[in-house]
Amino acid sequence: MDLSFSPQELAFQAEVRAFISKALPKDIAARVADGSGPTRDDMHNWHAILNDKGWLGGTWPAAHGGCDWGPIKLHIFEEESALANAPRIVPFGLKMLAPVLMKFGSAAQQSELLPRILDGRDWWCQGYSEPGAGSDLASLKTRAERDGDHYIVNGQKTWTTYGQYANRIFCLVRTRSDGKPQAGISFLLIDLDTPGVEMRPIRLIEGGFEVNEVFFTDVRVPVANLVGAENDGWTIAKYLLGHERTNIAGTGFSVQALAQIKALARTVKRNGKPLIENPLFAARLAETEAELEAMKITNLRMLSKAAAGGQLGAEPSMLKIKGTVIRQSLNDLARRALGPAAAPFPSEDLDNLAITPPNHSHNAADYFNNRKISIYGGSNEIQRNILAKGMMTR
Amino acid sequence: MNFEQSDDRRMLSETLRRYLADSYEISHRNAVAYDAPFHDPTKWAELTELGLFYALVSEDRGGMGGHGFDIVTVFEELGRALCPEPVLGQLMAASLLTDADPLMAGTRYTLAIGESDAPYDLQDITTSCVNGRLTGRKSVVYGAPAAEILLVAARQNGKIALFEMPAENAEITGYGMIDGGPAGEVFFDDTPATLLLEDAENALQNAMDRGALALCAEALGAMEVVQDTLVDYLTTRKQFGQPLGAFQALQHRAIDVAIEIEQARSIVILAASADGTEAFAKRAAQAKHLVGKIARLVAEEAIQMHGGIGITWEYPLSHYAKRLVMIDHQLGDTDWHLERLMKGLAGGS
Ligand SMILES: Cc1cc2nc3c(=O)[nH]c(=O)nc-3n(C[C@H](O)[C@H](O)[C@H](O)COP(=O)(O)OP(=O)(O)OC[C@H]3O[C@@H](n4cnc5c(N)ncnc54)[C@H](O)[C@@H]3O)c2cc1C
Repeated sequence: MDLSFSPQELAFQAEVRAFISKALPKDIAARVADGSGPTRDDMHNWHAILNDKGWLGGTWPAAHGGCDWGPIKLHIFEEESALANAPRIVPFGLKMLAPVLMKFGSAAQQSELLPRILDGRDWWCQGYSEPGAGSDLASLKTRAERDGDHYIVNGQKTWTTYGQYANRIFCLVRTRSDGKPQAGISFLLIDLDTPGVEMRPIRLIEGGFEVNEVFFTDVRVPVANLVGAENDGWTIAKYLLGHERTNIAGTGFSVQALAQIKALARTVKRNGKPLIENPLFAARLAETEAELEAMKITNLRMLSKAAAGGQLGAEPSMLKIKGTVIRQSLNDLARRALGPAAAPFPSEDLDNLAITPPNHSHNAADYFNNRKISIYGGSNEIQRNILAKGMMTR
Repeated sequence: MNFEQSDDRRMLSETLRRYLADSYEISHRNAVAYDAPFHDPTKWAELTELGLFYALVSEDRGGMGGHGFDIVTVFEELGRALCPEPVLGQLMAASLLTDADPLMAGTRYTLAIGESDAPYDLQDITTSCVNGRLTGRKSVVYGAPAAEILLVAARQNGKIALFEMPAENAEITGYGMIDGGPAGEVFFDDTPATLLLEDAENALQNAMDRGALALCAEALGAMEVVQDTLVDYLTTRKQFGQPLGAFQALQHRAIDVAIEIEQARSIVILAASADGTEAFAKRAAQAKHLVGKIARLVAEEAIQMHGGIGITWEYPLSHYAKRLVMIDHQLGDTDWHLERLMKGLAGGS
């Protein structure tokens, strides 16, 4: 057994690290580090920088302008990005829609849409969930009825991440209502500036805006915007879910968060001593670090299996659960470490008061916001259901 | 044995519950709690008229309560309503002032104790007093921007002493909290203050312990609301053709939440009953330790079992959840109180 990266992988890691440290604008990294960003422009600009380098579609095949990274290279890239406080690549266009178009899209859809994803002309958002269809996605009700060369779409999507920045949405819509619910779903691309589309922001617990509701009233969508065959949307959705699971463990974020908490616990004081010397806090930190080390290896074992062409079964669900729980524990520790200083509502006006050490004024906000990670992308309960079904079926 | 509340306290809680339900409907609560001045001065005046602060002062000083069970009665209701009024300062001041009349008449008091390197422990306070003048900084002082009178803990001649001053004498930068309500940074720069108590450590610790009991009761009230909300949601929200509450994975967790809330209720009762006895410090520490843990569990589980809606600003639960988690950042967190208890064990108690 050998736990280390190969010489080629190490060389790639060094290359990525060197590039990011040179190319990532300092102000963007600062906004990621202190929790106040990234802004829309930060994400857009970072995408453009990566696209110039040819790394934006790292995992895309060369034929579509990508670099054919396998799972290990992708992991290295994502971990280095997180450690350097780079904005996370917005996944909806690059990692969700693109693979779908490559597999199910027409030649015309591929040649028109893929370049626009890379160069940032299109910002896609994901229209799956509805008020009545969350975990039970197949019960979705948004209807698309055929009218000549168009579908007429009526209904509502919700939780649409970054919908306020997007110009297009890919949706699961109902095109048939008899038979099994899964069998009547289609995958439809919709321009958000089509008449009848209305986007409304949803404010989240910590006060920020990242998700939206989208309402469709008699929205006319060309039939050419259908991906795959009519009523074949569920197959596509399942295929796409497989892609949503790259970087599911988020180890880079956790490693970065752990380092920040250690530094914080050396700075802040409790009972006259640095918090890191407090046995109760130190115990929690040490426990979480051991958990994280184990998960990093679990993650690498899975990547290594995938890289060797192995079929992944339970691993993504396990990593989703463990990865989110560890990240949430780290958010919890970062919040607690501040004591009362965690309480102020974050605001730039307070920065000069230095109530917390630099980069930590959002610790409580991040803790509350990150309750989302065990809910979205298939909640941790749904992941357990998937795992249990696999385990109990012999 | 009798776990019934006295008639007086039952009436107090009913009156308060009715008043607060009418006055702090969640949209109004959020409108005032997250914008300056981060509470509602009109409602403060109404609460004063209701006689709320009399319930926090003992009879020998002209009040009508002041016992641990009165504290619990009041703060449980404040917690239910997620009331952002800075009543905690009033309670803590009530046990430190010889003349409690202004307090009962609604003058707002705030205790300025914690500092950035001394968030909870009186021993580590560095704000000092020389010749009747204070110098130093108090950080994240709950209620500060709303205060009329400040009671300040500061070091004088090697002891922790207690001072009083009009709030306008200090420099206060106010802000809102992530869970709503006012707080602020308080700066003293050779600021004149009146000495109230020369050797105040025990009195202050007792006031803080009564404050901790109040926070536990507030959490209990908030947890009751969260549990009701959760059960309502689990029995009405359907996925996969069934109410969420039909899934055993969720049933067991909802039950664990309910069990823990009963435990919280019990430790709060125990701590309240010990008010005024030698055991109070230990009971208050036990309560704040346990409630800190339980409140976080309840908040996190309730959010998770709601799914996405649980983390929206629009849905009241999210604000209750924030309050439940952030209560652990006031007057000693779970770990800080656990350490007090551990020291007690080592000392043979
Ligand atoms: C911040 C955020 C961003 C999001 N972004 C997007 C996006 O861009 N596009 C998009 O389409 N969607 C998005 N989502 C939606 C997300 O996928 C859903 O929230 C998720 O699927 C859960 O659905 P729900 O919120 O309706 O909860 P529900 O499905 O109602 O679930 C409520 C609770 O019940 C549990 N539960 C449900 N069924 C079972 C069961 N059978 N057994 C045990 N427990 C069960 C759940 O785990 C959860 O704890 C986002 C959500 C959030 C919070």
